[in-house]
Amino acid sequence: MSFKSAVITFPGSNCDRDALCYLQDLTKGVVYNIWHEETSLPQVDLVILPGGFSFGDYLRSGAMASKSKIINDVIKHANDDRYLLGICNGFQILTEIGLLKGALIQNKNLKFLGKNCFIKKKFKNNFNLSIKEDQVLQIPVAHNEGNFYCDNETLKSLKNNEQIAFEYCKGEFSNCEENINGSIEAIAGITNKKKNILGMMPHPERAYSDFHPSQDGRLIIESLIT
Amino acid sequence: MRIKILIRLKSQILEPQGKVIEQSLNNLGFNEFNNIRQGKLIELDLPDNLNKEEKDQKIDSACKKLLVNDIIEEYEVL
Repeated sequence: MSFKSAVITFPGSNCDRDALCYLQDLTKGVVYNIWHEETSLPQVDLVILPGGFSFGDYLRSGAMASKSKIINDVIKHANDDRYLLGICNGFQILTEIGLLKGALIQNKNLKFLGKNCFIKKKFKNNFNLSIKEDQVLQIPVAHNEGNFYCDNETLKSLKNNEQIAFEYCKGEFSNCEENINGSIEAIAGITNKKKNILGMMPHPERAYSDFHPSQDGRLIIESLIT
Repeated sequence: MRIKILIRLKSQILEPQGKVIEQSLNNLGFNEFNNIRQGKLIELDLPDNLNKEEKDQKIDSACKKLLVNDIIEEYEVL
């Protein structure tokens, strides 16, 4: 059975094309591109909510996109235990929908961060199975609101249920701080309780091809298809 | 009737824009301006014939569904 996937495009998405190429090259299966005004998703194994500035980041990042017509079917897709990955703006959309806990607020230093950064896996899930313990991945970030926030009770439950997928860390070279944006406990990505939904600020779809500085982003899709 | 809804980040959440505004004001000599926090104001019209209960219910519902993210924000109707 070939792996099928889909990428949702919102007005203002700008990583949808990268995500499509990422999936086409790595899964070798069918990849659909779905406009946000569609009301039904094809039956697929993985849906990606891509990065960008959906609806111009009006009101709050991801707030408008979380009310798009396609979202009902995205929720159904996730409730059927199929995979859902939100990258950057996609992560913000997932928290605004309420499929993931917490919120992403403005970076602590007020700067838009567009640079390579380093992450490692915290707790095991199906999205990071191919990544070794303590393996440091180089994956770029490009965000203004990537500072993960949640209250203490939520943080405790994220830890108890092993929902923290990735955390920022120091790399071999870099002018990068260990916690680049001020996120609580340097959280870079979390899952839902069932671990079929992942939201992450770094962009794995910008780190997979030979022309990218790093190919570490491949490991996420490889984790899902092997 | 004109409705004004003030939305702000909860007090425990860092609001870095307010900090920068404060620094700039202090640099301009406004040294007594402290603890500055920036929020947002949403203005809208509702029909005049709504009673208070209907009006409050509609505003609360809109805030919960879209205007406010209650994980990080709080609001008050001015």
